[in-house]
Formats: sequence, C-alpha cells, structure tokens
Amino acid sequence: MTLKGTVHKYNTDNIDTDVILPGPYLKIHAHDELAKHAMEGIDTDFSKKVSKGDFLLAGNNFGCGSSREHAPIALSHSGISAVIAPSFARIFYRNCVDGGYLLPLEVQKSTLEQISDKDTLEINIENNQIHDVTNGKKFSICPFPPLIKKIIDCGGLMYYKE
Amino acid sequence: MNITEKIIARASNKNTVSPGDVVFANVDKLMIHDVSGPGVIKVFEEWSKKGIHLENVWNPDKIWISEDHFVPSADRISAENITKLTDWAKKFGIKKHFKYGLGQYGICHTLSHEEALVLPGEFYVGGDSHTNTTGALGALAIGLGHTDIAYAMMNGRIWLKVPEAMLFKLVGKKPAHIMAKDIILKIISDIGTDGANYKTMEFSGNAVSEMSMEERLTLTNMTTEAGAKNGVIEPDAVTDEYLHQRTAGSYRPILGDDRHYLEEYTYEIEKLEPIVAKPYSPQNAAVARELQGVEVNKAYIGSCTGAKLEDLRSAAQILKGKKVKIRTEVLPAAQSIYIKAMKEGLIEIFMEAGAVVGPPTCGACCGAHMGILAKDEVCVSTTNRNFPGRMGHVESQTYLASPLVVAASALTGKITDPRDVSK
Repeated sequence: MTLKGTVHKYNTDNIDTDVILPGPYLKIHAHDELAKHAMEGIDTDFSKKVSKGDFLLAGNNFGCGSSREHAPIALSHSGISAVIAPSFARIFYRNCVDGGYLLPLEVQKSTLEQISDKDTLEINIENNQIHDVTNGKKFSICPFPPLIKKIIDCGGLMYYKE
Repeated sequence: MNITEKIIARASNKNTVSPGDVVFANVDKLMIHDVSGPGVIKVFEEWSKKGIHLENVWNPDKIWISEDHFVPSADRISAENITKLTDWAKKFGIKKHFKYGLGQYGICHTLSHEEALVLPGEFYVGGDSHTNTTGALGALAIGLGHTDIAYAMMNGRIWLKVPEAMLFKLVGKKPAHIMAKDIILKIISDIGTDGANYKTMEFSGNAVSEMSMEERLTLTNMTTEAGAKNGVIEPDAVTDEYLHQRTAGSYRPILGDDRHYLEEYTYEIEKLEPIVAKPYSPQNAAVARELQGVEVNKAYIGSCTGAKLEDLRSAAQILKGKKVKIRTEVLPAAQSIYIKAMKEGLIEIFMEAGAVVGPPTCGACCGAHMGILAKDEVCVSTTNRNFPGRMGHVESQTYLASPLVVAASALTGKITDPRDVSK
C-alpha cells in the first residue's frame, strides 16, 4: 500500500484530544460535521487546508487525553490518511486502527525535524518507508506489531476474525 | 505476576501472561455514557451499512449506562442523544441506566465505585478515558473508544496487550494538608504525561494501606494523565469495608504474587507540599506557595477526580463560616454524594460561603456547558485536565489542585496553600 499527499506539520508534543476535537463538539456524531472542527484547538483553518489523503506530522504523545473516537474520525473525514509522530497515546492509537480511520505511523524523533510543513510524502506501508519527495530524504517507520498489522489489513476490528 | 497480569490471565483463560503478550480477554463489566453511548450506536449504524448487524448485546446485565457529560441536557442535540440512548438501551434490554432526575445518577466513574458496579478481580472496560479510576477497587479498569466498546459489547471480548508495570510505593504518614491529588500531581510531574504510556501504574506502601477508598480513587483516576493503560491498587480490608457498605454481592479478589515491575518509585509523602499543575498540562507542577500571587477568577469543585464526599468535606472544612472572594462552583459527583453532603451540612456551608451548588455533571470539567470559562479567565479546579480550551475558551487557564487548595484559593482569590488561611 502506497500513500501520497501533502504533510501538515505541527511541531508540538502532547497534542491532546481537546485540541484535536474540542469538548463542546462531543455531542456531535455526524462524521462530516466533526471534520469541520478537526484540530480547531491549534489551527482553526485546518479542515480547509487538508486535501484527501494528506498527512499530519506532530510531536510526541499525539492524541493524549480523552478516549473520544471523535478525534480520529474528525481527522480522517477532514482528509488525513495517516498521522506521523514519534509516539502516540494508547487509546488514540487503538481508535485509529480498530476503527479503520487512519494509520498511526511511529517514526524516530529526528524524522520530525527533517520533514517540513507542506512537503510531499510517499509512504510505503509494506516497506515501512517514508519518502519525502520534496527534499529527497527517506525515513523508516516502526513496523506495526503483528496483530495491529492484521487489523489494518482487514480494514478495522469489525472485520477481524480471531 | 502482578495483579494486572493475573487478572488478564484469568480473563483470557491462560495460566500465565507476560508484558508484551497480546491476548483477547473476556470482559466482566462494560460502561457507556451519553457521549460514548451515541458514539457506539453510530459505530453499529456504520457496521450495519456494511452488513454486520447487532442482534443482541453479549450480556445486557453486565452493561451499564450513565448520563453525565451533557446533563441536565445542555441543548437540543444533547437532549436527543439522551432519548436516542434511552431507546437503544430499552431495545437491547439494558436495565442499569442511571438517568438524571430519576434517582441515583452521577459521573460514570463515581457510580462505578459508589454503586459497587465493578468488583475486585474483574475486567472492566468503559467508553471513557478515566475508566482507570475504578482500578482502585482492585479491578482491571481500562478506557476504550467507540469501536472497541462496540466490539466488546457485541462479542464480550476485546484485545489487550499485557502492559509493563510501574510500582509507586507511598510511604510515611500523610500530613493533614496533603491529599491524594497532591501525590498524583507530583508523580505526573516527575514522570510526564507520557511517562506511563501503555503501562500499568500500581500503588502500594503503608500510605496507600492507610488511605481511604475515595482518596485511592483520586490516585488511579489521574493515571490517565500519565498515559497509563490502567491504574490499580490491590484490594485489602479498606476495599472490603467500602464495598460491603454498598453491595451484598460476593467477589474473589485477585492479588499479585511473585510480582514483577519494570520500574519502582518510592515517595515519602510527609515531605510533600501542596501541589498545583499550571496551564496547560497536568505535568506542569509547582508548589502552591510558589504561586501564591497568581490571581484566579473562579474556583471549581467538581468531577470524578475532585467531588467525592471526602473532597467535599475537605473543601467545606476550609470554607466553613467564611465567604468566598471569587466565583465558586461546587458540583457533587453523584446524587448519593449530594445527599450525604446535605445531611452532613456541607451544602449549607458551601452556600453560606457564597458558592453555587449544582447538580452532578461532567459539564464544566470538559468545557461542554454549565460554567465554562471565558477568554483570559483563570480557574483553580479539582478536576483532572488543563489542556488549552479544556474548560472553555482556548485562551482560558486552569490550575489543577486538591479540594483543600481550591477552597483556600476561593477565599483569597489567589492560589493559596490551605495552611495559609486561618482556621
């Protein structure tokens, strides 16, 4: 599986779910409506900037805080196909994978510094590789653990057979 | 195995498990509320479009529902979420539905212990990140998102990675001005908000043994803020006494043996000072006395973290016979706690001091409704998170503190150590 898109970079650690999808919108469950408010706590124009298939690049512990599945839903329906970060909070990570919304890709901390906002990336999931087409550099992705890979390949937990 | 590993082994029908193992475990109890419930229903609606239909939930008697985040209904959408959830619960035969305005209700995590809905040794999953709270009863209590809860609701099972464990030994005698909130804020400031990512935080030591159940629940509640998969305390006589006052149900406690931990920390709690977490992170701690010039506009005593009966008693002890200097809001965490506080005269103390006392709700804690902050407003709060925009405007500020510190600050209008207000 190869993904291609533009990267939107927020070079901040601990971007929490209150920032990704603020509390007042928790009562909303329509996916397209949630998408309008994605990342509103850090960038009110986010949903207008993103095209389908784009990537979000951020610092450590992305998605910390609440268990709201609204967060990956809002990102996914705004167009984001993968979040790239050195580490993820556990419930956010599970929600991305089990809901089949988008891919959480773990990279080295140094990768974060070498990819710039608006760079074009090609991501090969089978080879665990990110190719920054804009600057020509290549970076590796931490491979998914076996169960996570199987769930991703199925398209989400609902299709997974034990 | 430590207690977490032993509960996972039991729930997954294995003799032994080790950190890193991935297992499917049988769920004993499951909770949804008025945010995650409609979210889970939405997941089932999406699955239905793809040919996967929910005929029955795995066990309606093991599922319970709490109305807490947007109640009393904040607006039309919140009201419709409640009616949708009510109809859905009826359809699937879920009877344990704690409805506001209809007897006992309150914040889901408070009900889990106040109503003894979860028992020692059980594997409990909840559609809320602070499900970790209930681990203080000696259960494995884990927060999950809507898809995982939907899967567990349908199949009675969910996958788990066996976590590495961190042990926090709390030793020494707890001074009167120190609460569990100070201890957990100190721990989070030491290890960071990702310090326990994917891990268990277990608490032991003489100070935990001597700690009341409600205070223990504050410790486990905020393990979420360090990224922990679960927080846990082995059950003991305090656990038994607490539960026997609330249920006739029997249980088989699980204790660790030959316990293994990745990391161990010791805290001598008599040396601690009252701690406050500054905006915009629970790890951003400072000693309360170092912040005594910081002016605040509002004091908030509420939430699953800081509005249990002992939290209210602690705040009342400071506020008794005094007048608050800033807007002060007190929202007991459950109807039963509200009633107990009223019978003890605590509600009168709060109201005579000038505070407003409101119904149980998560509302202001998550910036949803009922007391949200304006731009540039500063709040000192007994709650658990102070991220940008958490309690209102993205440029409002929240300082997290114990009920003692919040009450003392309410009297002065500045961040205040409880020792610095006259008795």
